[in-house]
Amino acid sequence: MDWLTEPFQHEFMRRVFVGGALIGFTNGFLGAFVVLRRLALMADSLSHSLLPGLAVGFILFGLAPMGMFFGALVAALIVAIGAQLLARSSRLKEDTALGLLYTVAFSVGVVLISFVKVRVSLMHYTFGNILGLSDTDLWLIWGIALVVIPLLTALQRPLLLTLFDPTVAMSQGVRVNFLNLLLMAALVLTMIASVQAIGVIMLLGLLIAPAATVYLLSDSYAAMLWGGGGIGMFGSCAGLLLSYYFGLPSGACIVLVLGFIFSLAYLFSPRYGLIRRLRPARHFHEESLARWPEGAQDRGAAKPQ
Amino acid sequence: MNRLAPSLDPLAAHQLSVSDLTVSYHRIPALHHIAFEVQCGQCVALLGPNGAGKSTLLKALAGLLPRETGRITFHHEEIAGATKDFAYLPQREQVDWDFPTTVRGLVEMGRYLRLGWWRSFRKEDAQAVDEAIEAMQLRPLEDRQISALSGGQQQRAFLARALAQQAHVFLLDEPFTGLDRPTQENLKTLLRQLRDLGKLIIASHHDLPSVPEIFDHAILLNGELIAAGPLAESFTEHHIQTAFQTPTFAGPPHHAQAHGHHHAHEGEHHHH
Repeated sequence: MDWLTEPFQHEFMRRVFVGGALIGFTNGFLGAFVVLRRLALMADSLSHSLLPGLAVGFILFGLAPMGMFFGALVAALIVAIGAQLLARSSRLKEDTALGLLYTVAFSVGVVLISFVKVRVSLMHYTFGNILGLSDTDLWLIWGIALVVIPLLTALQRPLLLTLFDPTVAMSQGVRVNFLNLLLMAALVLTMIASVQAIGVIMLLGLLIAPAATVYLLSDSYAAMLWGGGGIGMFGSCAGLLLSYYFGLPSGACIVLVLGFIFSLAYLFSPRYGLIRRLRPARHFHEESLARWPEGAQDRGAAKPQ
Repeated sequence: MNRLAPSLDPLAAHQLSVSDLTVSYHRIPALHHIAFEVQCGQCVALLGPNGAGKSTLLKALAGLLPRETGRITFHHEEIAGATKDFAYLPQREQVDWDFPTTVRGLVEMGRYLRLGWWRSFRKEDAQAVDEAIEAMQLRPLEDRQISALSGGQQQRAFLARALAQQAHVFLLDEPFTGLDRPTQENLKTLLRQLRDLGKLIIASHHDLPSVPEIFDHAILLNGELIAAGPLAESFTEHHIQTAFQTPTFAGPPHHAQAHGHHHAHEGEHHHH
């Protein structure tokens, strides 16, 4: 078991694992809402739009995490609200508006980065580098996880009603718009917490892969939340170990592990897996015939001939 | 059954009054100045040709559509928008059947509305869920995921959710469509059972010959209100003729074309 405990000898690796586990749990937990609400495109847009914010924050305040935090927050807000405005003030539908705005925002980020001297550290935000996790980053992760998870847990019921059928929920007095707004806020905060470790590009994978996995395994909403959190946490830790031993980028390792877990569920899920689908289903002919009264059973059995 | 019965005074008849209700899509009114009164313990058929505004009226009652004019009062209280006393049963296509929930989970959702954010799910809530499941004959199916149900079973699951919600008014959009004969019979019995519990059932319906078997009151619509009241008064040859032989209104000609509304000649149900 030495190989397993060895990385934890270093104080700095312990910090990395705590951060990774927290990020994994928060993202996996939140992913259920993204998957059920079909917000994957929205989430991808928000994550990409963090980059220009980080760049502007860096240019204005240097590598101070708080400056970059607010830069990212503002950039995500501009893209999210801008897409709404664009969709409402023109014929464009929201997905097109979002796609347009976030790629433009991402391009702005790329251009800004090429003007910055210490290009390397900003590139970390694109692909993620969990080894660069500072104390402030870790506090930020704790803070955001401790706000997002209890809040969404407390609001589980109205959120469930909203996810299941927003129009009916609204007619029954659930504050659907407020909840959607809150969900967006939780999403943006979680992304900002995760961007240093996972990177803008791979963020979406950590967010939706755990929930997508549980979605194929279970028919329970609560399982999607907590199971998604669990898988996200496990995937993050396993990915970090991989990245430690083979010297690979952390974000990519985490998403690879999660992708592997997802593919197992996709193939082998007892209820919704591919193999279950392809294997001819068991016929309940005997059981079906058992419904007939004694005499009639002969007739039923004779029918196929 | 008292956990499922309305929480208001069961002795007083609960009256739903609609006055001067106008609802429009794209500024062409689909319902004009509708007024009627119905009471709990009635089973009301909403009749009229396609495009006559049956679904529109149901959605307006459920607070899903904005009203242009009009008042809706229930039990002497004005209904402004959202209310837990009304349960709207969505049409099949509106529901995400792959949602990770079982029949029991769906019925529990009805309970959440009454519980609010924080109060915990208590024994009596679980009992209410049990009773609703039992009343809608879903006991053997309660652990099934909702897509693994037949059409009739899915409908019963939503009725059970409305029951657990302790709704007074059940708004159903074409509940009998697509059901075979035995399933229709079964739904008919269940609706009668709900009516006897003191619920008000309002359902759009297009099969005129079966109206007297299922309903005791009717509202006939064709953009305007044609008749409302007990079947003997409302469901008459004359009123049915008026409702179904008149083309539905699609706005003035130029307006109709601009919005692609061509309901005018869709009256397919000339049973009489």
